[in-house]
Amino acid sequence: MADFLSTGIIDAQTLQKLNLIPSPERIRMGPVAIIECPQEIPCDACVAACPSHAISKTNINSLPRIDFDKCTGCSLCLLACPGLAIFVVDLSPTNGKAYVTVPYEFLPVPKRGDKVALLDRAGSEIGVGEVVKVFMSRDRTYAITLEVDYDKAMSVRAFKISSRR
Amino acid sequence: MKNYRITEHPILEFKRGKKKTFTYNGELVEGYENESVLAALYAAGIRVFSKSKVLGNPRGAFCMIGKCSSCLMEVDGVPNVRICTIPVKDVKNVKSQSELANPPATSSFPGNRPANINVDVLIVGGGPAGLFAAIHAGKYGANVLIVDDHYFLGGQLVKQTHKFFGSRDLFSGIRGFEIAKKLVNQIEQNSNVQAVTQTTVFGIYDGLTVGAYDHKNRRLLKIKAKQVIVATGASENYLVFENNDLPGVMGAGAAQTLMNVYGVKPGERALIVGAGNVGLIVAYQLMQAGVDVVAIVEAMPRIGGYFVHAAKLRRYGVPIYTSHTIKKAHGKNYVEGATIIAIDSRFNEIPGSEKYFEVDLICLAVGLNPYSQLLAQAGCRMAYIPELGGLVPLRNKYQETTVSGLLVAGDVSGIEEASTAMLEGGIAGITAIINIRGKKLKDAFMDREKMLAKLEEIRSGPVFERIRKGLEKVIVSG
Repeated sequence: MADFLSTGIIDAQTLQKLNLIPSPERIRMGPVAIIECPQEIPCDACVAACPSHAISKTNINSLPRIDFDKCTGCSLCLLACPGLAIFVVDLSPTNGKAYVTVPYEFLPVPKRGDKVALLDRAGSEIGVGEVVKVFMSRDRTYAITLEVDYDKAMSVRAFKISSRR
Repeated sequence: MKNYRITEHPILEFKRGKKKTFTYNGELVEGYENESVLAALYAAGIRVFSKSKVLGNPRGAFCMIGKCSSCLMEVDGVPNVRICTIPVKDVKNVKSQSELANPPATSSFPGNRPANINVDVLIVGGGPAGLFAAIHAGKYGANVLIVDDHYFLGGQLVKQTHKFFGSRDLFSGIRGFEIAKKLVNQIEQNSNVQAVTQTTVFGIYDGLTVGAYDHKNRRLLKIKAKQVIVATGASENYLVFENNDLPGVMGAGAAQTLMNVYGVKPGERALIVGAGNVGLIVAYQLMQAGVDVVAIVEAMPRIGGYFVHAAKLRRYGVPIYTSHTIKKAHGKNYVEGATIIAIDSRFNEIPGSEKYFEVDLICLAVGLNPYSQLLAQAGCRMAYIPELGGLVPLRNKYQETTVSGLLVAGDVSGIEEASTAMLEGGIAGITAIINIRGKKLKDAFMDREKMLAKLEEIRSGPVFERIRKGLEKVIVSG
């Protein structure tokens, strides 16, 4: 299980085992944050950022815990996380699609309606998605919401614009 | 002429100041007032900053923060000036040096008499530890002087574009360069605290008399202090491999300084050596500056830095080769490529496993070394502690060394990270004022206890295991 520390890539099953993933029922109800932070490091930026007090840590080094019933999927933790390790997933659309919100700190910044190449945790291209929302925080981290195929919601964690510098 | 300045950046806006020209070996170079001379030359395409003394091989710049000697040049008649620590606005004529430097022209020294300065607390180094020490000593009424050899304060916080980890009362979630602004702002608000920049402390003498040289005004300072806090930080480690002296091989922190402080692109395609936090963070920031990162190599079988830093590189497709090292840099006058090789569990190369990458930049992120010479010179009892990065002073939990009145804080006392450096600085600053004013300062004692508790909490996690082992060897009671 500690293999992700050798590779830098974690999978959904391991996240599940670490209790870092909400139930399928919860994700189908609407947007919810997933904190892919499986290593005990000294940081509490997400705890401080959450307006719903849904995120907690027992001490500064412990793994973060989300109360998925309190989480509204607002993305403020995603924008605050120094590790860019928080994503918001929403399986509530009924058209066979899902929304995945990812942090983004590169140029160029995509626009709503742009088609982008979807990347998984290993950087492999796994299809094409559409940018449906672009939000910039005060400190210039973007939250980019992508519309992706329903079955890719737990895999898509970044995207690539073909003309990315 | 190609201009290597970055015009658009996802996080930063570069405030370079007005354009200003100076000569380099007789030719006009256009720079900007606030750039370092080194950055302006790099932006103009100059990559060779010196020649090796015996073979005459070209040498690039390695650290770019005033710790190494690869960029020494003659500036307006003064030899051996580190051109990474002076701004373009202060220079007219810059010349590269061959072999031994010319002696300084006597006319370049105006014959200023040494200035005598008396302070309660002298702080050597204006990075996170030094600034925190100044803020806390100043808060309880000490008359504080910070001395730094660079031309602005903030230490290496100024180039950290990522948001910081740590705790919310120590700026978690805020970008490092923004933290530097906040700390410098606090210093400026406090009339008890003064700072002098472009000034190098060169020796600590009897009775805590400190010698410093003010490069800008070209005069000596003789500083008499009741307490001295050394917070000089660290320098980047070198690594042995074939052609490691080619220009284009530099410290990862140097590339970070070029691109994030000065907005100058260090290269087009980069290989990173070392997957600790520095290597991972700099790799990501190179990508933000528009540089292709072809790979990261790491000699250990595991990534040393935080998983989250590695994960954000992996999802953009950057490979991390663990159990690999760099074998050779290729190129004649400049890096044109790099060969890496797999190594076994005993660090022996595995023949036939070589891979070649076409790169023009090789960033070494193979650890930091405490910049502790001043403490050794002052007579502190020192110990070589591998877990803390090298030679560090023994001290007690209040950051007091074995020399009375001499304290230490930050990376110079052992390589950790910025939030622990700030806490150590705060503890040292308060201890200094307590030593001067005695036991009347009840709030200061409470403040210090809180910081000691916070420091212990941060260090209690698994990623600090090695550091804890090192600290056990140097923290003595008393």
